[in-house]
Amino acid sequence: MPIVKSVTCPVCGCLCDDIELTVEGGRIVDIKNGCAMSESKFLGYGGEHRILKPHVRKNGRLVEVSFGEALRKAARILAGANYPLLYGWSSTSCEATRVGIELAEEVGGVIDNTSTVCHGPSTLSIQDVGIASCTLGQVRHRADLVIYWGCDPWSAHPRHIERYTSFSEGRFERSEWRGYLTKTKALAVRKKVESALRRMLNKEMPAAPSANHGLGSSILKEGRKLIVIDVRRTRTAEAADYFLQVEPNTDYELLETLRAIVRGQEIDVGKVAGIPVEYLEEIVDAMIGCSFGVLFFGLGLTMSKGKQRNVDAAICLVRDLNRRTKFVIMPMRGHFNVTGADTVFTWQTGYPYAVDFSLGYPRYNPGETSVVDILMHKESDAALVVASDPVSNLPRRAAEHLVRKPLVVVDPHMNATAQFADVVFPSALVGIENEGTAYRMDHVPLPLKKIAEPSEGILSDEEILRRILAEVKKLKRNRQRKVP
Amino acid sequence: MVTGRTIDQGVAKEKGKASKEYFESVAVCFIDPQDLKKIGIKEKDNVLVSTKHGSVVVMALKSARAPHLSVIYIPYGPWANVIVDPETDSVGMPSLKGVPAKIESAGDKPLLNLSELLTTQFRKG
Repeated sequence: MPIVKSVTCPVCGCLCDDIELTVEGGRIVDIKNGCAMSESKFLGYGGEHRILKPHVRKNGRLVEVSFGEALRKAARILAGANYPLLYGWSSTSCEATRVGIELAEEVGGVIDNTSTVCHGPSTLSIQDVGIASCTLGQVRHRADLVIYWGCDPWSAHPRHIERYTSFSEGRFERSEWRGYLTKTKALAVRKKVESALRRMLNKEMPAAPSANHGLGSSILKEGRKLIVIDVRRTRTAEAADYFLQVEPNTDYELLETLRAIVRGQEIDVGKVAGIPVEYLEEIVDAMIGCSFGVLFFGLGLTMSKGKQRNVDAAICLVRDLNRRTKFVIMPMRGHFNVTGADTVFTWQTGYPYAVDFSLGYPRYNPGETSVVDILMHKESDAALVVASDPVSNLPRRAAEHLVRKPLVVVDPHMNATAQFADVVFPSALVGIENEGTAYRMDHVPLPLKKIAEPSEGILSDEEILRRILAEVKKLKRNRQRKVP
Repeated sequence: MVTGRTIDQGVAKEKGKASKEYFESVAVCFIDPQDLKKIGIKEKDNVLVSTKHGSVVVMALKSARAPHLSVIYIPYGPWANVIVDPETDSVGMPSLKGVPAKIESAGDKPLLNLSELLTTQFRKG
């Protein structure tokens, strides 16, 4: 059976490019090196939820139609709208996004990608205060202190720790995997002993002391150190040498306190964000004492109180630390090509997301031209959604307006958004059924391979968008001819 | 209330949003065991989670990694979206973490599947 090596995984922003797939009879039958999400996608991509034919809504129901009929209806919706919204783009190729931007300009709409509801605030912050960053290769080989703040890579980026940080075998830094295994075994034994004692004594034991902070000497150990800061104890936190459990919505206070300690200022309170100041001093010692530190941050900063100001403070903390040692910072990007969407948007329009073409030139004002605000203000009068499921991912009140207006969906699956569409185009899965380019979370572009043939008649997102664009242009030309 | 990713949700969304696995991974709420005891709810009972933006019934699950008293966790998905805060504070980002919420027994209110939830929450055109 043929084995395809060095396949890039189209699931999360890690874009692991060491996947090996076994293909038999045109189908993927086995996978090596993938995480659970990767396995689910590569082995289950042809499942029952795929859309195989274009659909158009007639008498309130979606019915199968020819590609041409769906194309004409989609073009009429988009060309006829005053303020259409073109949304998604993070789970498709850069090539498709490029065509999408041309389409947005042609129809005078707003184009926004899913950054707007993940690391949009991080982008605003980077525009405000800059960023000291690097590639994940640098982290793998050199970082001796890794901090995850407001993110749980074990759940959302399952191979991040293994490939790029604490459990990776770098040129200058060793993997901490063995130490983690020893710790996990000790923890399992402790849980068994506690459980046995509980049964013997037949009563509730007091809860184990919170492992919020103060993990003793582990912060002083040799080798790579891992610190996790989060509002709850996660799998990632269990792997950490030091875990700080921060109270919800207090990240900003904590970040600014750490900045003050780095600058040598006295803190005149006992606790900040629920954490004793002496523990924060230990963290700062570890930060300043490292040779190469990296702070990865997630939506715990961008989605909670403070939003982009939390990220401002995190970037400024790293800036302060760079006066004492080498430190970098990087957002944990979610969808596999959300970084690519931002990058292509920026090449084409000068702005990374929330780009408004309604005045004939690109305009950018998140908070006004971003998808949730447009939908909450009920401003859009039609929408095109590509490779995304906003009905499942946006606040209900925003999605409510989206489904009320004419809606065109391009997606491989019959997801919640497609169920409310007026036109649905089935598309090939990029990275499995067609090739393209995607950007890893550290802005490294990687090729997505074509492994298997799509079902008959299923086109790529890029090709569907090209055809919609051509049909829109044709419609507009015809309308201009009719004007005397 | 904090919303976010879980590995089960990540795996199930790749299987399909209409799959049983997706429903079981996102129509749930992880609660600290001590909080569950305090409000008199057993694991796998249905709970009504309410914020000032709406209310939704989900299944209560014990957090595997307590303690996190007074913090509940709901995976991203259509159920969480009913009750998150859509206010973007003029930066485009709604507030999906750290939203004040109340939990109580769902009583007679049923736990809706995806199709039922979408039908009750959205109306086409």
